[in-house]
Amino acid sequence: MRSRIREFDSSTLNESVQNTIMRDLKAVGKKFMHVLYPRKSNTLLRDWDLWGPLILCVTLALMLQRGSVDSEKDGGPQFAEVFVIVWFGAVTITLNSKLLGGNISFFQSLCVLGYCILPLTVAMLVCRLVLLAEPGPINFMVRLFVVIVMFAWSIIASTAFLADSQPPNRKALAVYPVFLFYFVISWMILTFTP
Amino acid sequence: MEQKGPALQEPLSSQGGGSAVIDMENMDDTSGSSFEDMGELHQRLREEEVDADAAAAEEEDGEFLGMKGFKGQLSRQVADQMWQAGKRQASRAFSLYANIDILRPYFDVEPAQVRSRLLESMIPIKMVNFPQKIAGELYGPLMLVFTLVAILLHGMKTSDTIIREGTLMGTAIGTCFGYWLGVSSFIYFLAYLCNAQITMLQMLALLGYGLFGHCIVLFITYNIHLHALFYLFWLLLGGLSTLRMVAVLVSRTVGPTQRLLLCGTLAALHMLFLLYLHFAYHKVVEGILDTLEGPNIPPMQRVPRDIPAALPAARLPATVLNATAKAVAVTLQSH
Repeated sequence: MRSRIREFDSSTLNESVQNTIMRDLKAVGKKFMHVLYPRKSNTLLRDWDLWGPLILCVTLALMLQRGSVDSEKDGGPQFAEVFVIVWFGAVTITLNSKLLGGNISFFQSLCVLGYCILPLTVAMLVCRLVLLAEPGPINFMVRLFVVIVMFAWSIIASTAFLADSQPPNRKALAVYPVFLFYFVISWMILTFTP
Repeated sequence: MEQKGPALQEPLSSQGGGSAVIDMENMDDTSGSSFEDMGELHQRLREEEVDADAAAAEEEDGEFLGMKGFKGQLSRQVADQMWQAGKRQASRAFSLYANIDILRPYFDVEPAQVRSRLLESMIPIKMVNFPQKIAGELYGPLMLVFTLVAILLHGMKTSDTIIREGTLMGTAIGTCFGYWLGVSSFIYFLAYLCNAQITMLQMLALLGYGLFGHCIVLFITYNIHLHALFYLFWLLLGGLSTLRMVAVLVSRTVGPTQRLLLCGTLAALHMLFLLYLHFAYHKVVEGILDTLEGPNIPPMQRVPRDIPAALPAARLPATVLNATAKAVAVTLQSH
């Protein structure tokens, strides 16, 4: 028994911090790839983790900050608002899908919903770049197109992972709140002006 | 010897596979992330080792010290039992409050049922002698409230205004949920006073489905900005959904005064809410705009801001014109 403990000690507790971080970053990166090319797979569900959703949520919230100096109420509440909406929205959708009879665990669902925000974060980056150009209707149309495409991508990705966990005749009931959730996030991204 | 596992076994979730306790203790059976697994394993092995050592030490103590060793063993056992009892109680309390199985029957619906209930919510049925049936489910009403929130937010966008979205998002969510829960409670209280046969769940479901008309009206009128059209839809669609709710309540209440009180209150609140959502949000939006643009005007120079910006498409040139006018005023001031 003691030798086994020593073996486990050396594998995770005594490894360098760099190893731990690299291992987790690789896991997060692998899941990002799964979201970008959604196929029906179990990877996101099997090895769930919440690092990816946290990174994405913080990135999105930081980019959505107005940062304007003339109004003292801006800045802080926006970060908190995005954070609260993302996490409470994900919790609500998870509870809803569990109540509808889905056999998915709480954290697995949070993991999937969080990772599927990746396309919308990419849309936010693109919108920020587009906003550096001069404003106008073309600017708006480009941003609208990008956000709509990424919104659809998010929904398709999350459906690919979540749909199997629902009873077959209730998939629509479980997908609808996901649609609303990503719609609200897309709305926040689209209406953002620096 | 009791097995000291890392997590308490959940007796509730082992009965009848569909239990939906939020299993934060057990994480989940299929997998966790690599941290938890390794951590758990490590913890378990260390505990077993500690137990083995402690048992060996106890035996030695007992043999060598006699009475003292026995007392030590007793106190350790008592402490152990207290710890186990406390742990059991805490997990029972947690599973009681985190047990969302209580809500499960209210979400037991099929898409076809939700669709038909949505359509029926716009069709008043004139059967007042026999209590009309109300479907006691919460999925449809909850989704309708969230949809209403989304439509309100969308309405802000199509007004093409630069708003601090934080304030309005919180307001939208607060308004919609506040209306649904608050007015349901109030009408339930009135129904209790008027001896109407309706439960809280039925009231929540009734009012929730009544918001379907609101969603349609607001969705259309936020995209087509015609006040006449809004008034028409307000009367037509708002009126239909109100009539349906009123008919249901009338069928469940006895006595003309009680019926009048209950149904009058509900009709007034429901119709006024739609009016409020349409107009108050425009006013709120214009009010915030005034607050945002106000300080930019220099105090002595009253630059006329009456450049009409009635249509959203015209707002961009209006803003440009406003900025130009202000620039001209500042230039004049500097001379």
